[in-house]
Amino acid sequence: MKSKTVKRRASDSHRRPAKLWQLRLYVTDSTPRSLTAFANLKKFCESHLKGRYRITVIDLVKQPRLAKGDQILAVPTVVRKLPKPVRIILGNLSDTDHLLVGLDLRPAD
Amino acid sequence: MKKTILKKTIPKSTSPATQLPRCPTGIQGLDEITGGGLPRGRPTLVCGGAGCGKTLLAAEFLVRGAVQFGEPGVLMAFEETEAELKANVASLGFDLGGLVRRKKIVLDYVHIERSEVQESGEYDLEGLFVRLNHAIDSIGAKRVVLDSLEALFASLPNEAILRAELRRLFRWLKDKGVTAVITAERGREQLTRHGLEEYVSDCVILLDHRVNDQIATRHLRVVKYRGALHGTNEFPFLIGEEGISVLPITSLALNHKISSERIATGIARLDAMLGGRGFFRGSSILLTGTPGTGKTIVAANFAQAAARRGERVLFFSFEESPNQIIRNMHSIGLRLEPLVQRGLLRFHAARPSLYGLEMHLATMFKEIAAFQPHVVIVDPITSLMDAGTESETKGMVTRLIDYLKAGQVTSLFTSLTQGGHVLQQSEATISSLMDAWLLLQDFEGNGERNRVLYVLKARGMAHSNQVREFLISNRGIDLVDAYIGPSGVLTGSARAAQTAREKAEELISQQEAARRKRELERKRTALERQISGLRSEHEASAEELRRIDEQVGTQTRLLTTERTELGRLRQADVSVAASVRGNSKPKNKR
Repeated sequence: MKSKTVKRRASDSHRRPAKLWQLRLYVTDSTPRSLTAFANLKKFCESHLKGRYRITVIDLVKQPRLAKGDQILAVPTVVRKLPKPVRIILGNLSDTDHLLVGLDLRPAD
Repeated sequence: MKKTILKKTIPKSTSPATQLPRCPTGIQGLDEITGGGLPRGRPTLVCGGAGCGKTLLAAEFLVRGAVQFGEPGVLMAFEETEAELKANVASLGFDLGGLVRRKKIVLDYVHIERSEVQESGEYDLEGLFVRLNHAIDSIGAKRVVLDSLEALFASLPNEAILRAELRRLFRWLKDKGVTAVITAERGREQLTRHGLEEYVSDCVILLDHRVNDQIATRHLRVVKYRGALHGTNEFPFLIGEEGISVLPITSLALNHKISSERIATGIARLDAMLGGRGFFRGSSILLTGTPGTGKTIVAANFAQAAARRGERVLFFSFEESPNQIIRNMHSIGLRLEPLVQRGLLRFHAARPSLYGLEMHLATMFKEIAAFQPHVVIVDPITSLMDAGTESETKGMVTRLIDYLKAGQVTSLFTSLTQGGHVLQQSEATISSLMDAWLLLQDFEGNGERNRVLYVLKARGMAHSNQVREFLISNRGIDLVDAYIGPSGVLTGSARAAQTAREKAEELISQQEAARRKRELERKRTALERQISGLRSEHEASAEELRRIDEQVGTQTRLLTTERTELGRLRQADVSVAASVRGNSKPKNKR
């Protein structure tokens, strides 16, 4: 267990994540902001995590119960479920630099 | 005042249709101050510093709504987890867990770890809205609590977005038609740290926790209540075992029911001093005295007398433990223990400094409500005075007396005076609230201290103006007439000495009279003897006299006879003459 964690951390810092990325995108309805967020996330993942990611879109209007699990307040919100630790990014993801920092793909300056 | 003026000028404007509908909180006293509760269907801001009871007030609003008014509620907590909240309000006797299970209340703990959060582009708080909406709809909630907004500000990085969204949230809550309570920390210059009072404009309640003279008291003030008359004063409130109670002083009016029934004091002579029949039922009695004058004893006597009549007596002791009182009273022949066992007498002992005045008052109210006594004794009320300022104490005693009078409970307050002879000012202030005032005092002199009792006032009854000496022996209390003579009031051994002296004097005078009586008797007997002697002497002389008379008669007769004989013998011519004078005529004829 311990060695695995160390290994993952090492790979994280080298921007070579070995495992599949699980991302959840929480939105409410198909508002323009939600659509923008999804488009931005998709574009980002294609360029940084090609072939190693999975995005689940959760519409809170349809499934309000799910808001509690990931402590969602703001929308849109992206939750990185895997790899651990959990990361949360708020917004329509228009700021790629912040997104990189948020997803731990680049250390904060 | 304002209310009545309004009513007079615009008679029909205060009808329920034009008044904001109220949402009763069920919190003791708060509904009185706000004229029925919080504005229904609108958000209310409750602000205050740390530890002043915001969360509890909000939680009680929800719980009472769910339990008493059939209005389910949602508690969205940003600070405390569900488990913490349940534990916290359990201390007030609220079963939050049970209410959650019965779907009367929904708890939602909202928490974001700021270190995990990164912003990227625009967002809003629609997620919060969705959660809240879901919670409200799931149980048909009528009440919502958001506690506290500071935690929300702490968890989200962008304050501008938060402000805009909060404004939208309050609007949304209004549209949703729920009565909301939002708590917020108090700011330095504003009511809230983030100036939220701008958004919530319908009702703002400010809580405050101040320490005065080492004793902390909580205060509540309705800063703003749009479209309604409300008490703007600061009201003390407290968090007791059964929730929050605000104690409005201003709401009390003088309209108690009055009883003309009289109840005995347990001391027959004292009853006699009070027009012969004791105190009025439901009256308030003040018993003042210097240390060691027997205040507790009089109080215990009163308690025993009441309990023996089968009445329930609640004895608040602020100086002695119940067992100590029972033991001490036993030494003067008062047996309180059986009465305690029979459930007629209950003691409640607490140190005055244990908590603030308001808390004492609330505890007393609770005890009184639970025990439903006929007689309440507070021994001594002066101990409580140290727990607050003079005006606070007076306010408290007023409320206590009013509360007791409303229930026709007779109350006896003992009060300790420090000075020897001058009545304390503080007593003068509370004495005006009392219907009867007994004074116990020490008289020092002749190398001893003696107790005296007098009735300073007793409203509505003829009462004795006399000073009575107050004796405590192992058989109980006795009141004795104090000796009032030329040298003033005499008590104790001086009174006894005076009585003895009087007794001796009386004895002497009695003996003197008896002696004189005997002497006179003797004199009279002597005189009588003299009289009888004289009388026999008198009789003897009368006899003598008679005898002399007789002798004289005989002698004369003999003489005459002799003379006649002689004459006859001498044949004297005088015989004729002599026979005419004497009885010898027939003899002469013969």
